Order: sequence, then structure tokens, then C-alpha cells
Amino acid sequence: MMNYVWFGMMLIGVVVGIFTGRIEAVTQAAIDMAKVSVEISIGLIGIMALWLGVMKIAEESGLISLIARGLRPIMVRLFPDVPADHPAMGSIVLNMSANMLGLGNAATPLGLKAMEELQELNPDKDTATDAMVMFLAINTSSVQFILPATVVALMGGVSSQIFIPTILATTCSTVAAIAAARFLQKRKRFALDTPPEKDQPVEADHD
Amino acid sequence: MIESITLSLNEFAKYIIPLLLVGIPLYALSFKKVKVYEVFVVGAKDGFTIAVRIIPYLVAILVAVGMFRASGALDLLLQALTPVLTFVGFPPENLPLALMRPLSGSGSLGLLTDLVNQHGVDSMYSKIGATMFGSSETTFYVIAVYFGSVGVMRSRHAIPAGLFADFVGAIAAVFFCKLLLF
Repeated sequence: MMNYVWFGMMLIGVVVGIFTGRIEAVTQAAIDMAKVSVEISIGLIGIMALWLGVMKIAEESGLISLIARGLRPIMVRLFPDVPADHPAMGSIVLNMSANMLGLGNAATPLGLKAMEELQELNPDKDTATDAMVMFLAINTSSVQFILPATVVALMGGVSSQIFIPTILATTCSTVAAIAAARFLQKRKRFALDTPPEKDQPVEADHD
Repeated sequence: MIESITLSLNEFAKYIIPLLLVGIPLYALSFKKVKVYEVFVVGAKDGFTIAVRIIPYLVAILVAVGMFRASGALDLLLQALTPVLTFVGFPPENLPLALMRPLSGSGSLGLLTDLVNQHGVDSMYSKIGATMFGSSETTFYVIAVYFGSVGVMRSRHAIPAGLFADFVGAIAAVFFCKLLLF
């Protein structure tokens, strides 16, 4: 999937760019974005270090497993392949809470920690597990109880009017995300091929 | 009523991070005798490696998104979809934002700012746009960063599931705004 999406976006960019006469802008965008990517990553180092440090304290003090235990009934249903007392469950819960509270800065380090722990359970390190996709789907569609600071800054007093619509819309999208992840993981196109077939080119039919 | 709830929630948001930064070490230190400073440093060390590890994935996805955006392909898609959208009651003015949201955080914020400047904060377009903006994440960025951090290359159904959720979220934003606000 990623192969087609990635190449497709670039191909469309170049072809449309030629026809609209914006090919120079397309080139410039490619160069600029390559630079921006590194700036984003480098900028993440400090925030990552801060939250991973604090989370290590939370982990050592048993706070994370305490929170994870409270939400165990929901978590084992969403992530049936992850053992109920695995540290990944704690990190996932914390990432979801950070997302719901609109704490983007804190959510990313927690989410990446969760991915690292989910990767420990992954037999095929190149390929996403069902749990990883479920986690990402919920993550990107997360219910929002606190509006992004940028929206509040932009909308001023009107932002209170969109509070309820935002909660309702994100609830719908989270339900859709869970349903889609559940439904698609069983489809042939996306299914995990176990055991992996050695004689076939791996990129060919499952991506 | 709702107004005061929203305002107090967003007021409360200011205190969450400082309270976590102090509260977690306080709990660890007083109840569990954790060596908070030393443990913090051990955890913080991973920040560098993770941030550096995502660079190639981020370059790949952001360059492709940037080329797609700069070419004007979104405008073409918009023209093609407008008649269908008008027919189903989805305001075409909000389509650029709905299409941009999964691709770029700064791009969609720019479009939202544009809506507010053109139509005013009290317009339906701005309110729907703000709801859409708050309802979704930059799906492609999140997928690239999260999978990139652990070296997963085959994302399987992550993109279709994420985009489907974005699609449902955008429609729900229009539906609930129209239902509750207009």
C-alpha cells in the first residue's frame, strides 16, 4: 500500500505539475520538504527526551501498570494479540489519554514508546501487526476533549460552539477506525501471510 | 452552559503538563522511593535515537506530500468533486480542508485560517472547518513517524483504515455542525 501511495503522490505531482506549469514549484517543494523533515526530527529530540524521561519515572514507580490495569477490560478487546500485562498496554493507554487531552507534544513520545513495545511482540519486524494498525487507527482519529490551541486562537469565543460537534465527530471517526481496522485485517489483500512464503517476492502482494 | 464547560476545560488544559511534570516524580519519590533524577536521564537517552531513526521515513513521506500539494492536483480533484458534494449537502468550501487534513498539519491550518478570514468566525464554513481540523490528525505523518520509529516498512491496512476514519470524521463534522449549530 505505502509503495503505491508514495509513488502515486510523486507521480501525480510531477504529471499535474507539468500540465499546470507548476513544475518548478514541485521541485522546490521536494527540496524544501526534505529539509523540513530533518528539522522536524531534530526538533523532536528535546521533547522526546523530556517525555521519555518522565515516562521512565512513571514506569519505575508502577504508575503506568496501575493505569493500564484499570482499563484492561477495554484494552484486551481492542488488542487481543497483546498480553494483558504487557508494558505496551500501559504506553497505549497513556498515548490515548494524551491525545484526548490534546497534548500533542506528550502524545508522540508515548506513542513511539508503545510502538517499540508492540514491535517486541512482532514476529516479522518489517511488517505491521494487527495491534499496531489498530493503535494507529485509534490514534489518528482520537476523541478530542480539549480543542487544539491553534483552533481556540483562531476562533476565539466561537470555539465553545464547536466543542460538542468535535466530540461527536471524533467519536464517529474512532468507531469507524476501529471497525475499519477490524474488518480490513482479515481481508486477503492485507492479511498476514503465516508462514511467510520464502520463494515469492515479498513486495508483490501484501503491502 | 456548554460555553463555560469548554472554557474551563481549555483553561484546565494549561495545567495538565506542569502537573504531570511535577506529579509523576512526586508520586515516584514519595511512595516508591524511585531515584527520579537518575531514572529520568536513563529514559531521556532514547529520545535522540528515536528522533534520528524517523528521519528517512519522514523525508520520504513529506517530500511526496509536498510535491503532490505544490502541483495543484488538489484543485483538480476539487473541481471534479464539487458537483457531487453539492448534491449530497457537503459544502464544497470545506472540501480543500477535508482533503488536506490527512496530508499536512500546517497546510490544513493555513486553509482553516483562510476560511475564517474569508467568511468570518461565525460562518458555517469556519465552524465546520474548525471541527474538521480538531477532529483528525495528520494521518500520513503519524503513520510515517510511528512505523518509521520501529523500522516497519509494510504498513498493511494502516492507510486505508486511517483514511476511512478521516472520511467518516469529515462527514460527521459537517453533519453535527449543521444539526447543532444551524
